[in-house]
Parts: sequence; C-alpha cells; structure tokens
Amino acid sequence: MSIWVDNNSKVVVQGITGSAARYHTEQMLNYGTNIVAGVTPGKKGQSVNSVPVFDTVLEAVDQTGANASIIYVPAPYAAEAIMEAIDAELDLVVCITEHIPVQDMLKVKTYLEGKKTRLIGPNCPGIITPGQSKIGIMPGHIHVKGSIGIVSRSGTLTYEAVSAVTKAGLGQSTAIGIGGDPVGGTSFIDVLDAFNKDAMTKAVILIGEIGGDAEEEAAKWIKENMTKPVVAFISGRTAPKGKRMGHAGAIVSGSSGTAESKIEALKSANVSVADKFSDLVPHLLRELKK
Amino acid sequence: MNIHEYQSKEIFKAYGVPTLKGFMVENTEEAKEKAALFRSDVIVVKAQVHAGGRGKAGGVILVKSLDEAVKATDKLIGKSLVTHQTSPEGQVVQKVYLEEGCDIESEFYLSLIVNRKKSCYTFIASSAGGMDIEEVAKTSPESIIYVDIDPSIGLKSYHIYRIANFLNLDKKALKDILEGLYSCFTNKDVSLLEINPLVLTKESRLIALDAKMSFDDNALYRHPDIMKYKDESEEDKEEIEAAKHDLAYVKLDGNIGCLVNGAGLAMATMDSIHMAGGSPANFLDVGGSASVEMVSKGFEILLSNPKVGGIFVNIFGGIMRCDTIGKGIVNAVENLECKVPIVVRLEGTNANIGLEIISNSKINAILAEDMDDGAMKIVSLVGNKEAAHEHLGR
Repeated sequence: MSIWVDNNSKVVVQGITGSAARYHTEQMLNYGTNIVAGVTPGKKGQSVNSVPVFDTVLEAVDQTGANASIIYVPAPYAAEAIMEAIDAELDLVVCITEHIPVQDMLKVKTYLEGKKTRLIGPNCPGIITPGQSKIGIMPGHIHVKGSIGIVSRSGTLTYEAVSAVTKAGLGQSTAIGIGGDPVGGTSFIDVLDAFNKDAMTKAVILIGEIGGDAEEEAAKWIKENMTKPVVAFISGRTAPKGKRMGHAGAIVSGSSGTAESKIEALKSANVSVADKFSDLVPHLLRELKK
Repeated sequence: MNIHEYQSKEIFKAYGVPTLKGFMVENTEEAKEKAALFRSDVIVVKAQVHAGGRGKAGGVILVKSLDEAVKATDKLIGKSLVTHQTSPEGQVVQKVYLEEGCDIESEFYLSLIVNRKKSCYTFIASSAGGMDIEEVAKTSPESIIYVDIDPSIGLKSYHIYRIANFLNLDKKALKDILEGLYSCFTNKDVSLLEINPLVLTKESRLIALDAKMSFDDNALYRHPDIMKYKDESEEDKEEIEAAKHDLAYVKLDGNIGCLVNGAGLAMATMDSIHMAGGSPANFLDVGGSASVEMVSKGFEILLSNPKVGGIFVNIFGGIMRCDTIGKGIVNAVENLECKVPIVVRLEGTNANIGLEIISNSKINAILAEDMDDGAMKIVSLVGNKEAAHEHLGR
C-alpha cells in the first residue's frame, strides 16, 4: 500500500518538450515510472525518450489511458495546463511549475471544487512511492520502501527528511512535497488523512514553514483524527517579519504565520516537534517505540 | 512589489476611487510651485517611503501655509526615516506628496486581500479607521467585518450592502469605491490593497486618505504599466543584484553568510545558526537544482556584504550532483579571493566526491557532517558580532 501513486499510475508529462521536462522524463523513466504520453500543443506526432507527444491532454488520455499528469509548463501558461488536466478528469495532477500568479491559482482552485482530480502543488517537488512510481523531480536513489509517510512544504527539506529516514534504516511509504505557494491543491490535512488510512504507513513526518496557517489547521485535525504518531519540524523561526523567504507563501505578515504559533499548535495536538532538524529522526524513533 | 502612496493614488484615480488633490514633489522649488495650486491653506506633507509607520516616525507633517509646506518638504527630503518596518538605519526620503487638507467627520479602515486559507478575495472593513488593524482585531474584533468574494462570481450588490450597512455608510458612495478597488485588484494582480483611513468628510464625501498597494511579483510580467512604478532605491542593493540572477536573497543583520539550495533548507539553516548561538547575515536560496554559476554568483553577493565574517555552505544535492557543486565552491573561493572562514556541508548525490574535491583543493574549508554540525562549526569560527570584527581586524 501507499498513497495516491503506485504501479498503476499511468503518467502524462505536460510540457514534455521543454528542457527540464525532457531531463526529468528520463529520470522518471529510469526510476520505473510508467510514463505513457507527453503533451505540448502543436507538437503532436513527436516523441521524447520514445514517449509519444500529443497536442492536448484529452487526446493523450484517449490514446494511452493516462490517469495522472505532471506539469512542467512555464508559469504564464501553467494554470491553464492544470485546468486542462482537471477537464480531462485525471485522478492526479502534480504541478512542478514555480512562480504561477496567485490570482491564476484562485481560479484553478475554484475550478477544482467538486471535480474528481487531486492537485499536488504548484511549486512542489512532487510525490514518490519508493520502488513503484516517482511523479516529481526528487532524487530517486535516496528513497527506500518503508513505513514512514513524509509530507512537507519544502523540496530540499523533504529530501533531507527522506535521507535521514533512510540512513536510520527505515524507509518511506510515500513522500510528498505539497509546495511553497500560498494557494495550492493538496493540503497537509489531505495527506495526513490518506496516511492515517494507509496500512503501510506507521508514522508521519510533517515539515512546515512560516506563513499562512496550514500547520495550525493540520494540528487541529491531528488532535481529533490522527491515530498514528506524527513528528514535525517547522522552519523559519528566525525569519524577519514581512519578508518573503524564497517561497511565495513563506512570509510572516503582522502577527500571523509565525513559527511559534505553528509549533505551539502542533505540540498541543501531541505532535513531537523537533527544535533541530537532526533531532527529527530521534523523535521519530522514540514515537515508534511507544 | 510595493509602490508609493502617490503611485497608488494615481491608480485609484484611474479606477474612480476618490482621493484628494495632491502632487508628488522632489525638491522645494517643485513644492513651492505645486503648493500654490491648492485652494485650501491646510496642506499635508507626506514622506513617500514604502515602509509603514511613517506617521509615528515624523514622516507626515500638517501645515497651514504655503511657506510652511515648503519648509516641511525641505525638512523631509533627504531625511532618514526610521519606522518599525525599516532597517535601523532607516529609509532616506526622496519624494514627498503634498495633499490638500479636508474636514474629517469619521474615519474607516478598508482593505482587499487574497485569502489564502479560503482561496478567495476578502474585503476587510472597520469603523475603527486610522489605527493598526491587527490591534483592532485583538481589542475590538466586533468592529471588523470580513466579506469573502468567490472569484468565479465576483463582487455583487449584496457584498456592497453588507459592508455599507456594517459601516453605516451610504451604499451609493461606497459602491463606486468597492467596485473600483475590486476591478483594479483583479485586473492588475494586486496582492494587497489597503486604505487606512478611508474618511467621510464634513461635506459627506468618501475619500481614500491613504493608499497602500502590493503587487504579485509573479504576475508583473503581464503589467508593464505597474512595473514602471518600481522604485529600486527602496530595496537593498544586494537583493536587487540577487534577483537579477534568480537567487532568492534576503539581507539580515548578522555576520554569518549562508549559501543554501532550497527555501525551506535555507530557512532551517538560519534557524540552526541561531540555535548554535550565531547570527545569520542573510537568507540565500540558490535554487533546488543549483548550478555552478549560481553558487559562484551567490558567493559574490555574500562577500559584497562587509559584515560577513564567515560562510556556511549547506547543499543537499538532489538532481544537481555534489561534485559539480564542490567544483563551483572551489572556483568561487579561489576567484573571489575569499579570506573568511568557510564551512561546507554536502549531502546527497555524489557528496563524497564533492567533499574530496574540496579537501584536495587549496581552499581552507572545514567540512561538516550535517546542517546542525555545520552551524555549530561556523558559529565557533566566527563567534558573535564583536568577535567577528576582531577576527577581521576591523
């Protein structure tokens, strides 16, 4: 078991003819991801790494039975690409693209409501179920199959957590980066809920950061619903107010979005919060022994 | 991107949001010429800086004659204004806005934001105008109304009624303002728009007395008319230089330079340095898949800050291989003749090869096991601020 992606994921790469997309398509194929199609408008009939290219997602779905997509389309066109994927009724859409205007994402979110599609991102590293499928840009080789679910707003901190878990002799059920933008598809709560129901996942690592109140919302949900141990790390405790820290969503505005508020909320939900990143796995091991 | 009050008011005018007569001036000659055009004797002279809190910092002067307006302009231009939102050195005033006075009956607060939690737009309005809205939210939350607007239907008549009735204002006058603000917000990719205060004059006119706007940086490509409002003198030089090279950089006031890939890891690195008793000089994210050029440019920017007494490089090589990063570090340090201590932590793809390249080079870098180990090492090498100055012989 795992969540949302496995051997049955048949992936279409949107924007496949761009250079980053070409590179990552090869990486994903090497990992064993079942990539069945690519889409770039106007490039129908071409192929990338033997993957056939179509003009639209719907054509790709009709011809190949694709049920998931990964988006590398440049920011000005990315929102439209997500809507196209939703329209084609894919189960899962992972949007890697960074710098999508936030008001474009408001329209996407409104369009997404009531549809069957799950959106992960944008501005995220994607999702991986070790040994089965990687729909993202994460380095595949640091992952091993295991029982720890990982969810994070940051790409590199996801890799750090994965690597630490692997070094500790444990592995990951599924690892997901939900992205650093203020408005995105999948939330911490969606992922926690799925990990809670997943038989393979024994514990969860949650990595949050300053900005917004997704961690506080997650804490509330954990308090009421979570049956598995959660350990957490929050970055940005020393970030100055009013400054965007790289991610569009990582900003303390006035008194909202502070790390203190998030840490306090998580602790009150019985989540073990590590002060230092190197304490994360020791916290996890302690929780697993309980 | 933030813009000045006088620029926001230019935009307001274009969208039919009423403001008072006013002129931006850059020197006393201009002030003399423009102030003569006002009908009223009461003139408000306002320093144009992006930072909030300028009123408390002495950046807004009420005068009662043309002469006084010129004097106030002279006093403000070139002055360094220190508010709770500026650096301790403050922000030098280069422009002032002269605005006609008015007789105020009552003051209100009005803002429009992107509501990230509910994925919609939200108008925030309050009868407590001219005050810090966060403070009002704490002390008298009942005086604030939040009106959510679904982007798929837009601003409707009932939204306007709700706000007008809550503030006890005439719906007709408020309608023009709310509609103007909403269409400006959605047309121009505004991320925050705030009028504090919105005033009702004794002649029963509703007027935006102040105006603050921020724009979504990611959408500026489609608004060249807004781009022209960019004022680089309000931004840090190093931050502008970094942005040109797609590096996410934020200057801080410590003395340990950090070069990291990924925003989350970069924040965690700052936190780790603090935990170890040190103080970071910056946040610098060279990108999740950092290139040799970006590492090199990053070093250049770090070393241009004279406060930097040591550098901590913290890289998790994913797609980018650590051997490439190792070469990048060696090149950068040698080319830039970096003399401050360096701690390097490389993890992930080809980390061992990368570390070997650094060990075998002439550069004098200390290697670290992980982020927290690296933070401790750089802090012990650089120490606190005073120690850093000694170290550099300053």
